[in-house]
Amino acid sequence: MIATIDTLDELRADACAAREAVPVRVLVCAGTGCVANGALEVLEAFRTHLGHDAVALQKEPANLGHTGCHGFCERGPLVRIAGMNILYTRVRPDDVPEIVETTLKQGRVVDRLLYTDPATGKKCTGEKEIPFYARQTRTSLANCGHVNPDDINDYIARDGYAALAKVLRAMSPEDVCREVTESGLRGRGGGGFPTGRKWDLVRKAVGEKKYVIVNGDEGDPGAFMDRSLMEGDPHAVLEGMAIAAYAVGANEGVIYVRAEYPLAVARIRTAIRQANEAGMLGEEILGTDFTFHVRVKEGAGAFVCGEETALMASIEGQRGMPRSKPPFPANSGLFGKPTLINNVETFGNVPAILRNGAAWFAAMGTATGKGTKTFAITGEVVNTGLIEVPMGTTLREVIYDIGGGIRGGKKFKAVQIGGPSGGCLTEEHLDLPLDYDSLLAAGAMVGSGGLVVMNEDTCIVEVARFFMHFTQSESCGKCTLCREGTRRMLQTLEKIVAGLGTEEDLETLQELAVAVMDGSLCGLGKTAPKPVISTLKYFMDEYRAHVVEKRCPAKVCQAFKRYVIHPDACKGCSKCSRVCPAGAITGKIKEPFTINAESCVRCGACVASCPFHAIEEVA
Amino acid sequence: MPRMIIDGRPVDFTDEPNILEVARKAGITLPTLCYQAHLSPFGACRMCVVDAGKRGVLTSCTTPPEDGLSIETNSERVRRVRKMALELLLAAHDRNCLTCGKSGSCKLQDYSERYGVDQVRFFNPTDEDRKPIDDGNPALVRDPNKCILCGNCVRMCNEHQGMHILDFSWRGSQVEVGPAFGKQLDEVDCIYCGQCATVCPTGAIMVRSEADVVTRALQDPRKTVVFQIAPAVRVGLGELFGLDAGVNVEGKIATALRRMGAERVFDTNFAADLTIMEEATEFLRRLQDGERLPIFTSCCPAWVKTAEQSYPELLPNLSSCRSPQQMFGSVMKKYFAEEEGTDPADLYVVSVMPCAAKKFEARRPEFRHGEVRDVDAVITTQELARMIRAYGLDFKELPDEAFDQPYGEYTGAAVIFGATGGVAEAALRTAYKKLTGEELARDIWQTAAPGETTREAVVEIAGTEVRIAIVNSLGAAAELIEKVNAGGKPYHLVEVMACPGGCVGGAGQPPHDTLVRRAQRARGLASIDKDCKFRQSHANAAVQELYARHLAEPNSHAAHEALHTEYSSRRRIEGGITLAEGNRLTVEVCVGTCCFQQGAYDTMRKLGKLLRDHELDGDVELRATFCFEQCGQGPNIAVNGEIIDNAVPDRAEEIFRKEILPVFEEKSEGCASCAGCTCK
Repeated sequence: MIATIDTLDELRADACAAREAVPVRVLVCAGTGCVANGALEVLEAFRTHLGHDAVALQKEPANLGHTGCHGFCERGPLVRIAGMNILYTRVRPDDVPEIVETTLKQGRVVDRLLYTDPATGKKCTGEKEIPFYARQTRTSLANCGHVNPDDINDYIARDGYAALAKVLRAMSPEDVCREVTESGLRGRGGGGFPTGRKWDLVRKAVGEKKYVIVNGDEGDPGAFMDRSLMEGDPHAVLEGMAIAAYAVGANEGVIYVRAEYPLAVARIRTAIRQANEAGMLGEEILGTDFTFHVRVKEGAGAFVCGEETALMASIEGQRGMPRSKPPFPANSGLFGKPTLINNVETFGNVPAILRNGAAWFAAMGTATGKGTKTFAITGEVVNTGLIEVPMGTTLREVIYDIGGGIRGGKKFKAVQIGGPSGGCLTEEHLDLPLDYDSLLAAGAMVGSGGLVVMNEDTCIVEVARFFMHFTQSESCGKCTLCREGTRRMLQTLEKIVAGLGTEEDLETLQELAVAVMDGSLCGLGKTAPKPVISTLKYFMDEYRAHVVEKRCPAKVCQAFKRYVIHPDACKGCSKCSRVCPAGAITGKIKEPFTINAESCVRCGACVASCPFHAIEEVA
Repeated sequence: MPRMIIDGRPVDFTDEPNILEVARKAGITLPTLCYQAHLSPFGACRMCVVDAGKRGVLTSCTTPPEDGLSIETNSERVRRVRKMALELLLAAHDRNCLTCGKSGSCKLQDYSERYGVDQVRFFNPTDEDRKPIDDGNPALVRDPNKCILCGNCVRMCNEHQGMHILDFSWRGSQVEVGPAFGKQLDEVDCIYCGQCATVCPTGAIMVRSEADVVTRALQDPRKTVVFQIAPAVRVGLGELFGLDAGVNVEGKIATALRRMGAERVFDTNFAADLTIMEEATEFLRRLQDGERLPIFTSCCPAWVKTAEQSYPELLPNLSSCRSPQQMFGSVMKKYFAEEEGTDPADLYVVSVMPCAAKKFEARRPEFRHGEVRDVDAVITTQELARMIRAYGLDFKELPDEAFDQPYGEYTGAAVIFGATGGVAEAALRTAYKKLTGEELARDIWQTAAPGETTREAVVEIAGTEVRIAIVNSLGAAAELIEKVNAGGKPYHLVEVMACPGGCVGGAGQPPHDTLVRRAQRARGLASIDKDCKFRQSHANAAVQELYARHLAEPNSHAAHEALHTEYSSRRRIEGGITLAEGNRLTVEVCVGTCCFQQGAYDTMRKLGKLLRDHELDGDVELRATFCFEQCGQGPNIAVNGEIIDNAVPDRAEEIFRKEILPVFEEKSEGCASCAGCTCK
């Protein structure tokens, strides 16, 4: 049925009624993390068991469904029993009969599948009791984990497309831009440009043809916010796009997604089809004369295509190379036409802002960073996953309260914020409020929201080398400073971790970093030195340990490793000499063996092989 | 008037496209490696950066001027970026400057000196890991070790010439510029116009030099060396000796070449007049018969090669006349050698050309008889300048001498061959005379405005409206041909020159940063034309004498033998490409990370081999795909969408026999003998 602005409410009432008729719904998380942990098998098991024994349950298909990412990836696969407020964690297919029997038929909770709060030892039934969720404010992710992304009616039942209807019914494009401006929403892709202002620029740009582009080319190592949103709530992105298209006067939209996100691509495609069928996209949207067509463009995975001008070149079929701005996309973007380009999450925030009003959104966050922001926490933290918190939440709250602290009782060392374009922050920044300006001041950036937490076993020079390797191989090679500068920074860092660095190298590194930051063409190059600059600033001692004292304090860098056999502990069994791939260990049976440091390749196989713990790695 | 502040001084601006041009107006020359006013802005080399305070460091070549904007062109921050960019470029550059042909005119070398780059702290890969040099063709030499990736050649080839021979490939520090798939220029459709070389700031693309072989020939007592000088050379060479562009130095060229040991110094202009006699006659015949129109000119070897490659259907329309260079060579080896009593093999014909493609043209098999070529060597304006310097001649002070006769005589119609529109003009002057018996009263041709690529003109000759199109640069030519092919533009005569501005802008000419120099050269030719006693090719007495002695009349049998040629298609794929009919089966192999690690790629290779062995590769589409989301049971493959788990390489054959082969076996069993059966 094709909805109009007047019949959308009826459609919603029907969708809600259909859902209320099913008091209990089993929702299996089918985000990428849970799928990798076997969520699809769990879903299949439910399907089998419910099929065999549907007596105690309603027969509507809606009683079992899959959703997008719930965020608590660390504990996946997750199964939500909606209507009973239960969240089961780490569910295996074998657990399904018990859930069906105990929970669905008898209405009791299966205690062993609940999350246990490590702080209190208390079992948490619903997500509100789980600290990971309790401290979050989920607005753009509000539907993730609650709706079936492949069913538009799930979205409609939760006020989906109400904002679009409101806009089309009563607001002028100027009104929409003003509302978004007043909300204080800023670009969630990293730059933080005020969204409303950008929309207004495109609205005012002269041109018959305009485009709206969704930047879904999320490529930072450790970031998966946009993927989760596209997989979990694709209609929110489409609705945000349609509102934007109305506001700027565009009738064609492109969603640029990496081909490495097959699930996101599939779900977005399904959502576009359903939205077209339901009259939310396409010709005469919701019965008005507003037309907006959306298509998906799959990117081949080049990181630089996340840069907007390179992304547009890629859509045009050109090599993904950024160009200088101005002209800005607002005036001359895709195919030379005025173009609005925003990140996935930015669009994801739009429907709620238009539905609840700018003031609602502006009430959250800090003076210059309004609303909430999603972060993907990964690394050495207890609860890895996807979270959403108000802007201005401190790092400590994110890492300790939500993330559950450092895994294995280790000490916190640093956190890389904003991926390879961001900086490394330390203990002293833990109480820094997370927003655009404070992070920039500290030498990092919000970026798209990747948070990689590192513990004391991490070598910071190696981290800088890792990120530089990433940006160097992802540089498009167009401008001199990015192409050659990142290459030489990488070379210098490689030299340092190989134990060949000098103090002059540290100076060269700093000099290179500043020149590349100042002189590169696009955002990739301008931010590529950030990991180096921030680590040089906060961890100079560690760099100096590498180049002056020739040691790696975290005992990570192979070049500095030394292995010794303690003669008093060695029984002369020869096990170590047999596993040594370099033939570096020699000795007589039943007498202490020795390691020839020159031929040793520092693989550590001997340490693992020694039954008497006689071999030690010394820094 | 809007005004900017540059280095503290107010500078008014009007329609300058960027800050760089505004600064130039204010007398400040910013360094540029990737900026060429006639190419699209690129902003890659980062040399022209200026400091805009809080707005950061901007590339002046891509940033439009703004009222009130204040910039510094040489601040500490800018110097740091500039110097670092140079050091980084040098670090990856083959720094054997002393043996580089570009030494002395290399921008990188110049800037390194100017901005005081006194050290290179980084390891230079070209010391150990040299990339192969692309020198398999007669016209151009491409040395990737000297490429600084400014992209000028790429944009020149694409934007002006529409050839798309060069582009960027790879990523990060691996980036290279070159033809697709790492091929060499002679393996692709390069037409050797050499425009890439004119914009290369370093020695990464250069016109191949033949100066040494010419010098050896000059000193070889067995050789009789004769020279021909192309029209555009005489108005360009002087620039390399401190004279203005457009100054005619033909007298000094004649003197210089004689001092080097040339037996005779003739003029390509003679052959240009000869060309007009042939081409105008051919044109009038076709006009009369109304066939094979429009006639396309054939003087430009780069255009001829383009036509053979891309427009074989137009080859019958090309004038069958050889280019002036080749007509001259033919006359030399056929008639001059005979007149002199010299064996053609000992007569050494050297052309001095503004052009790279002429080197290719001289080597075409049509212009070779056994081992003897009509034109033995082709040197460019730049190569001639180098030879003059090597001979220690003070060019500016040389006296003027005349060309040798009779093959040094020319009319004004010939000399304008060197600029866009000249050939068409010259042909019309003679055609008009032939049809009406009168001289054409006015010049149709005027020197083109800088940057102008296409012009049209209509001339009434004896009641017939003759429609002419003149086009320079091959990108514009392609557009024009599209219109001609679409039937929208019924021209009678089309003149095509591959290089922007015609031969005055050829790749052999002195380097020119601005279009102004090119226009000055064209004006120089126009003024020679105006000063000529005779301005119509048919008035060239030496040409008439050649007809009288050897060729009878234009387009005679003898003339065809000596002065005309044939063309053949160089299209690599004839008849277009048709796609195979739909595959009957699709086999997808997941090469996502998990499956890849479990051997998916090997499985795919094995399946590919099995398909080929069973001759099923045409019926089955085998392709790699991303994740099926069943990583636990990888490697996964899908046969027509049906997913098969655990497709490890060892199971490839089993899967092939069970899942793929039966699909095709059924067909052969069921239908082998029953013709007309519907189960096919």
